Amino acid sequence: MINISLLMIMVATALGLVWLRNLLAVVMFSGIFSLTAASLWVVLGAVDVAFTEASVGAGIATVLGLASLALTRTEHEKRTRVFHLPALIVVLVTGAALIYGTLDMPGWGDPDAPIHTHVAPRYIEDSLAETGVPNIVTSVLASYRGFDTLGETTVIFTAGVGVLVLLGRGRRYPVANPRVAAGGGPGRAPAAPGSEGAAVPGDSGEMRFKAILRVGGKLLIPPILLFAFYTQAHGELGPGGGFQAGVIFASAFILYALLFGVPMARAVAPASVLRGTLALGVLIYAGVGIAGVLLGGNYLDYSVLAHDPVHGQELGIILIELGVGITVASAMMTVFFVFAGQDPQQVD
Amino acid sequence: MDFPGLFNYWIVIALMMIGFYIVISQGNLVKKIFGLNIFQVSVFVFYISMGKVEGGTAPILAPGFATYTNPIPSVLILTAIVVGVATMAVGLALVVRIRDAFGSIEDDEIAKLEGDVT
Repeated sequence: MINISLLMIMVATALGLVWLRNLLAVVMFSGIFSLTAASLWVVLGAVDVAFTEASVGAGIATVLGLASLALTRTEHEKRTRVFHLPALIVVLVTGAALIYGTLDMPGWGDPDAPIHTHVAPRYIEDSLAETGVPNIVTSVLASYRGFDTLGETTVIFTAGVGVLVLLGRGRRYPVANPRVAAGGGPGRAPAAPGSEGAAVPGDSGEMRFKAILRVGGKLLIPPILLFAFYTQAHGELGPGGGFQAGVIFASAFILYALLFGVPMARAVAPASVLRGTLALGVLIYAGVGIAGVLLGGNYLDYSVLAHDPVHGQELGIILIELGVGITVASAMMTVFFVFAGQDPQQVD
Repeated sequence: MDFPGLFNYWIVIALMMIGFYIVISQGNLVKKIFGLNIFQVSVFVFYISMGKVEGGTAPILAPGFATYTNPIPSVLILTAIVVGVATMAVGLALVVRIRDAFGSIEDDEIAKLEGDVT
């Protein structure tokens, strides 16, 4: 029944989102919504998905939401129009049609449902012998459905480029000489925070002087990075993989930027390097496919990469997961730096 | 049909409709994007619910377990979540640019300004 309670919490949170006018609260509720969803994935046996949801939905999405609130300088919606009759009618009619559509679906958890009798049994029975990877989600993601994942990695790359195109030019944070400025104590002159008090992730003017936050954050960063590497390397054996590892890796840098300021974090991970690695990950992925073609196999067929097909599969999966991890981490860091590096004072 | 039955799917539809309602009825662009996010998560719940097998464990092969949750929905949704946040970032970036150009993120005010221009 945990399943049902979690679903009810999600419905309550979603309804709360309709009513709320304070946009800061909307972002926070959205974070709660995602975290509840992550718990639901664990209950439903999708541990890899839970892992991703917790780091992406509850973590990165919330930070991005806060950043865009700071940049648009809005805290409240203009008005509440909670009750909007035409919209309500459209929604109710669509919902009723969809509920009618579910009536002949197989019951929840039914092992004989069509979805469980088509291709899934083959993955469950043969994937270990064919790829040598016990985590079925990883072997399907990286090997059986490798094309699909290549496409999705490219979408993430494209989104990173899109954000750079939209916001990357023009209003840059002044990055004169971050090292000197940081060493010189209050020498760094951050743009004055927006007076409306919304959190400005890039602006650490306040946080820098909070010793407990700073020391505690510093202590957290190495374990987060280590955990990212573990997630990347252990993705074949347990929950994890390139997508999750990339996000966790990026979150360590985001934490660093929140504590010590975006210029300091940018000094560790310069924009030019991030742009390179953003493309590098996709290139590694596509390159593994081309290597397979050159060695006489099909595109993204890893069996030809080594003398033993299973070893080839393992090698291919490790390489493309690495590519995914590099692109995801670079994309998340690029997006955060671009958002946080905007100077809210210059928006007008 | 015993209790959970189709309950998960009905909740999915409820969540989806709440998201849909936010997108079509609310004027604030940031709120619209978060409404779209609820809509998206409802689809995730739908997929993962379908993948559940009664008594199945997480799809990581280990001796001693015979029933596993269906791995395919996990694969599809795992990538969809990361793609979702990436596209959301693009959406929010567009909102920031709209704020730059129009000085507002309320769609009726933007429509009024656009009417003045054309």
